Amino acid sequence: MAKVKGSIVIDIERCKGCEVCTTACPNDVIAMSKQVNGKGYHFAETVNDDCIGCANCAVVCPDGVITVYRAKLND
Amino acid sequence: MKELKLMKGNEAIAEAAIRAGADGYFGYPITPQSEVMEYLMVERPEERTGMVVLQAESEVASINMVYGGAACGKRCLTSSSSPGVSLMQEGISYIAGAELPCLIVNVVRGGPGLGTIQPSQADYFQSVKGGGHGDYKLITLAPASVQEMYDFVKIAFDLAFKYRNPALILSDGAIGQMMEKVELDEQRPRFTDEEIRKNTPWATFGKPDYRKHNIITSLELDPGKQEKVNLRIQAKYRELEANEVRYEKIMCDDAEYIFVAYGSSSRICQKAIQLGRDKGLKLGLLRPITLYPFPGKVLNELADQVKGMLAVEMSAGQMVEDVRLSVNGKVKVEHYGRFGGIIPSPSEVLNAIEQKIIGG
Amino acid sequence: MAEILTKEDIIKEENLIYKRTPVLTDNIMHYCPGCGHGTIHRIIAEVVEEMGIQSQTIAIAPVGCSVLAYNYFEIDMQEAAHGRAPALATAVKRLMPEKFVFTYQGDGDLAAIGTAETIHACNRAENITIFFVNNGIYGMTGGQMAPTTLFGMKTATSPYGRDLKHNGNPLKITELVAQLPGTIFVTRQSVQNPASVRKAKKAVRKALESQKLNKGTSFVEFVSNCNSGWKMTPNQANKWMEENMFPFYPLGDLKDEIGK
Repeated sequence: MAKVKGSIVIDIERCKGCEVCTTACPNDVIAMSKQVNGKGYHFAETVNDDCIGCANCAVVCPDGVITVYRAKLND
Repeated sequence: MKELKLMKGNEAIAEAAIRAGADGYFGYPITPQSEVMEYLMVERPEERTGMVVLQAESEVASINMVYGGAACGKRCLTSSSSPGVSLMQEGISYIAGAELPCLIVNVVRGGPGLGTIQPSQADYFQSVKGGGHGDYKLITLAPASVQEMYDFVKIAFDLAFKYRNPALILSDGAIGQMMEKVELDEQRPRFTDEEIRKNTPWATFGKPDYRKHNIITSLELDPGKQEKVNLRIQAKYRELEANEVRYEKIMCDDAEYIFVAYGSSSRICQKAIQLGRDKGLKLGLLRPITLYPFPGKVLNELADQVKGMLAVEMSAGQMVEDVRLSVNGKVKVEHYGRFGGIIPSPSEVLNAIEQKIIGG
Repeated sequence: MAEILTKEDIIKEENLIYKRTPVLTDNIMHYCPGCGHGTIHRIIAEVVEEMGIQSQTIAIAPVGCSVLAYNYFEIDMQEAAHGRAPALATAVKRLMPEKFVFTYQGDGDLAAIGTAETIHACNRAENITIFFVNNGIYGMTGGQMAPTTLFGMKTATSPYGRDLKHNGNPLKITELVAQLPGTIFVTRQSVQNPASVRKAKKAVRKALESQKLNKGTSFVEFVSNCNSGWKMTPNQANKWMEENMFPFYPLGDLKDEIGK
């Protein structure tokens, strides 16, 4: 049975640190970094490998900063 | 074989719009110009040329519809009368700021406020000095006959597109309502999509693959850039002033005193000249056809020849200021006018020049 | 044995399932962090891409926070005077009926100064789509009261909370518009969580597709947040919106006569 595993790429400089993605993620993959980007925003970053590529984060992001990849796992 | 028709001034505007290849008319009824839209509704130009005619919910909506259509590279026009044109000032400023071509027709009535439905010329300032906010001018044509109501529509559209600036036909209730013979010209086709792409590549017609998206706006928050926009717009006005002045000289060659008048007032002055010349007075008339750009140069030249000028306008004196500016103190310039929609008589006007210019 | 994939294995072109649409420009949007405008722009742009109508679309931007929307959509766009977008759209659509035309407006633009243009475009059944972003406040000008501000909401011009005597009622313009026979699809959506974004995007698609029918105006309201004006964080604002705005402006289709 195929499982999926996802990975997201966050455009750090475009992220405005609004945190809406953190509540959208079903697996708590995203948290706000302690660092800031060029505009002074704490940007979003992944904190674990539990991403399933559901794209909820990307879908809800007002600035479209997240790109989502999803691969199928073969058992 | 010429095509001749007996028409009202307002109707001539409408027929001219159809034949000039206008794409859209958007308007609202107001006396004394409602016949423009009524004629268009009866004629159904949608069947003749595909031209859209729409009665909008207000003059505010009308001018904004003109803006939207003009932004697509289409020939769009509206017509109204003084209070309605006041409502349009915001939209006109936006059209000028976005550098769009269009035609506005003002069949002037007495004001201020709701005023009267009778003719007046008290919208001169509104027309040539701004009207709406910001530094802009309207290419302003003043017809003095029903034929000119017809002819000026095509001229105005072409000037508007040449300079990417709104144009105004400044008429009045008398010319709008009077009936005269008009020689009609042939139908000119509306712009094709290809022509729009080629002649007005800045227009919004759906972003094709070969370019980035087009934006039509008058907003520029960066002051440095906004100044550049204004400088570009001003450069257009210098070109207009150098190249597009139109006027008519009537009996000026040997004149000692001249009238300066446009529209209905110019016709009255022509009769006054006749009466005056019968009495031995050497009178003439300088009739501006473009009120902007104003024929200042020719007036300045005439000031070297004549002993005085009388501006005759149905207002408290608006164009007279531009006459004074043009002659720059060389000769006496006075104003004669009536208000409230009253049209002065030729003998009244003759009397005025005798009292104010010749006698004084 | 179960395969273990690394990030490098997953992040490959063939695994791409979501990226920013090219119908949005590369410009960084000036909206406040967490503002619904960005999300709404995105789903409209995605629908335009998916329908393949980028070269057939002309849009009209309002005055308000989204006045610079034309810098974000890679679509031919016009800037309208405040409230006048439906008038511009009327002309564009009547002059070029084969194009897709939409307006994008805020609550002041559509329901205050532009009320006449909104009602009459809908009344004339113009075959356009009106996108209405309702966050109950005037964001661009500093957080003043809007026609859609709720009773009790504190804004810069209702510092003690909107009340009937001083400020009149909040205006349910979408309900008004739904009553006009000229509208064929009137719906209220939101974009504060993934499920609502996906639903809203379907509504956007339905609205734009309906222009092909030439049966009237489609009207999509997005109840949205203004965390700056409401003085909350984006997540707080979304929660407040769910608890306060949604009961007064209920989500769902108010009218769907597309099938008729």
